[in-house]
Parts: sequence; C-alpha cells; structure tokens
Amino acid sequence: MAAVVAADDPVVIIGAGQAGTLTAEALRSGGHVGPITLLGDEPHGPYHRPPLSKAWLAGEMGEAQLMLRAPEVLAKKGITLRTGTQAVAIDREARQVRLADGTSLPYAGLVLATGAAPRTLALPGADAANVLPLRSRDDASRIAAALARCAGKQQPVVVIGGGFIGLEVAATARKKGLLVTVLEAGPRLLGRVLAPMLSDWFADLHRGHGVELVLQSRIEHIVTEGGEAVAVRLVDGRRLPCGLVVLGVGVSANDALARAAGLECEQGVVVDACARTSDPRIVAAGDNTARRLADGSLLRLESVHNATEQAKSAAAALLGQERPFTATPWFWSDQYGRKLQMAGLSTGADAWALRGELGGAAFSVFHYRAGRLVAVDSVNDAKLHLLARKLLDAGMSPAPEQVADAGFELAGLLAR
Amino acid sequence: MPQITFIEPSGNPVPLDVPEGWSLMQAASANGVDGLLGECGGSCACATCHCYVDDRLMSLLPPPQDNELGMLENVAAERRPNSRLACQIKASAALEGATVTLPECQE
Repeated sequence: MAAVVAADDPVVIIGAGQAGTLTAEALRSGGHVGPITLLGDEPHGPYHRPPLSKAWLAGEMGEAQLMLRAPEVLAKKGITLRTGTQAVAIDREARQVRLADGTSLPYAGLVLATGAAPRTLALPGADAANVLPLRSRDDASRIAAALARCAGKQQPVVVIGGGFIGLEVAATARKKGLLVTVLEAGPRLLGRVLAPMLSDWFADLHRGHGVELVLQSRIEHIVTEGGEAVAVRLVDGRRLPCGLVVLGVGVSANDALARAAGLECEQGVVVDACARTSDPRIVAAGDNTARRLADGSLLRLESVHNATEQAKSAAAALLGQERPFTATPWFWSDQYGRKLQMAGLSTGADAWALRGELGGAAFSVFHYRAGRLVAVDSVNDAKLHLLARKLLDAGMSPAPEQVADAGFELAGLLAR
Repeated sequence: MPQITFIEPSGNPVPLDVPEGWSLMQAASANGVDGLLGECGGSCACATCHCYVDDRLMSLLPPPQDNELGMLENVAAERRPNSRLACQIKASAALEGATVTLPECQE
C-alpha cells in the first residue's frame, strides 16, 4: 500500500482531544517528519476527558493534572497545537482546511477527530442558564460551580438521563451531600448496555446512597424564573424543585464538516476498520466516527479505547499501513467507589450468566447472544475483566454453567 | 517537589519534578514519557500505566489494593514483584530520587 502522505508532507488534524492528539503522536513515532498541525476549538490543550464526571467534578484534581500532554511536550515533538481555532470547511479539491479567521491550511493528509456534542432536549425551559450538559472541561467546571452554589443554598439537583454521565454526576453530587433526583425515560438504568439484573443492582446502589430515582419518567417542561430553572415538572404532575439540571441524554457525532465536504456520513463519519473515510486522503478517529462492519452494519463507539485504537489505525493509514482495529471494545464507570468494567458489546443479548454473587465484593455478568458470549460486565472484578477481554479477543465462549461455577478456572480455557 | 526518574522502554532516563499529590501516571502522561498510556485517565481501570518501581519505592509504598492487584494480574508486559500501576502512586517528598522503569508494552 502506498503512503498517502510523503514523509515531509503537511498533515492537519481537526480536533485536539484524545483521538487527535494520539494520531499526531503516532504519525511522529511512525516516521512522519513533515508539519503536523493539531487544531482544537477549545481554549485548552489536550486533556483527559474521563475524570471530568468523576475526580475533576469532585474538585479532587487540578488543571495541570488533567493534561493529556503539556503543550510544550507537543512542541518538542514538532506538533503545532493551535487552541481556540475552529475549522469551518474542508476543500477536498484544493486540499485545504478553512479556518474561522479566514485563513486556510494546506494538507496532504487530513485527520477528522472532531468528537461528539451532547444532545439537548426540545423542552420548554431547556435553554435556561442552569440546565447544563457535560462534555468539555468548561462544561464540567460550570457544573462544579453550580453544585457548589446548590450546596450553599441547599437546593436539590435534577439529573436527566440514567446513563453513565448522569449517574456519575449523581454519585458525585451525593458525595457532596446534595439532594439528587435522576430521571430516566426508559424502564431501567443503563438499559442499552447492562443486563437487567445489573441495571436493578445499580438502581439499588443509587437509591441506597439517597438518590431519588424516577424510571419511565415523562418530563412536561422545565419551570424557569428569570432565565433560571427552578423546577422540573413531570407529566404525572410531580414538580421537582432544583437549583441545577444536568443533561445526560447522550451525544451526537460532530460530522458536519465531513458532511458538508461530501464525505460518507451516517450516524457519524463512516470509516472502515483502518479508520479510512470515503476520501483516501482523509482518515477519522474517535467519537465522531461510525465504523462500517463486514456485514454492512455501522458500529458507533464512544470511548477512550476506541479513540486510542482508531488514532493508531488512522496514523498508520496515512503512512500506508493497514492496521485494523479489531480488539474487543472496553468501557468503564466509577460510582460510589464501585468500579464497573465492561468488555465487548452486549447489544441484542438474550441470556445472561452470573459469576460471583450479585452485590458481593466482586462479581461479573456474562452476556450471551444466540448461545455465544458477546460481553462481560464486571463490578470491582478487575482481574476477571481483563480475562474477559482475552476470552472475547480469542473468540472463546465458556458455557453459562462454567461461568456460574466459581470453582471452574476460566483462565484455563485460554491456556489450552 | 520530588524528582522522580522514569526510564523509557528504550532505556532513556527522563527525570521529572513531580508536584506532590500528583500520580506518577499524571506526571508521565503530561510530560509525554514514552512507554506509558494511561488510557483511563487515572481510574485504575485500564492497566496501561504499568511500571516497575525500584527497591526503595517498593518498601516505601503502601501495598496495592485489590483492584490494582486484579489489574496487575493481566498486564501486557511481564508482571514482576515490583510491578505497580503508576496511576495509583502519589508523589510525596519521601519519593525523592526514586526510579520507575516502563515496560516494553502496555497492551
């Protein structure tokens, strides 16, 4: 395969998050010596996003500790970081990226690492100043400040969305002693990812920590006074007073630039396993992508692991190497000192097996689809999580009876 | 601020002044030390900040907790008695002069 970019050609990367930054570094370590420009639309250099809903929100870490790379480290590697810089268009014919300030940057290879944007709610009152999503560092700082205000005025917090972001914020707010209500539209928490028994266990965990949980909630509107949300009104007539509403209702891929440039987009920028888009000069990595699988379906992953792996694939593709990302995806969440680690994709699972005791010190739920193991969710069971990744990578499917038998050595399956 | 030396997989030593309270993962990540990924941002969830600590550090540090032990059982590189996760080691004055060696691979 011929390299897309010659060693001294310019590469432009749109997006200075995990995916963009690691693509830049992988290009350098892969031997690219030409200019690399990393464009970030936030005022900050690259930072670790996972702590935003956890330690950062709790005020347990400083700005510098959140840095993924100090800007001077990138400079030393010859990576030009431009923060506060927005790309507004891609001219594929002229091979240029146009910036908001009217200037253009030429490229031989282009990396789209534009991430995702939090969804908003089309509800009256959702535009109030204290209805906040959590995606960026500034978002998290705003929520942290609002939590402090609520604590001072003894105002409760309403979290809309019982997914990871919503539940992590709820756990952090409870840790600070705030009254918290979580509203989830579905019949259970984390319904898209967890087995029903684990959803129930998480609901108990939150209730046990004093969270008011409303499942199958229907919101009528957000009550505002002077541009501030003061309560959330449910269709059943309940009125939940609050000083802050946190929106955790998912994200959408930032694919507008790619769409406008005529690249194939569907739920995100469509890429193959090697992070290549429909234009050979353009690769994409991270939360903005949707991967086309062999069977034609699309896979959207929103995770650090995906960003990291696609970054390596994207850099390799520009350098003319095929590096498909095929490893088992993994995810995690921290709530009340419990660590949930997930391996594989549980979509469409129809049977489950439990290893350990639900609610015990360490336990895991194995997901099966049509008789085959597809995913494993572990709570405080790090050793089993890493073993599960190996089993799934190897395409192994231990029988549910083996899983349920604590005396059966699952690691032994790998050694055979 | 203790000075801690990170040995990259190539053998290259990188001495860093690490602010007290920072984890060694945070210091290595922010400073772009090779051989450490720290994908989860310091949550003890990914086992990609595996390192080997020197003898003095071994005796100084509190032993790993259950979660770290579980992660260490399946690290990508060889696990040794002095294997730790850098995200679980917090810098303090007592760590002055310590050396931390990074393995060949993290995944």
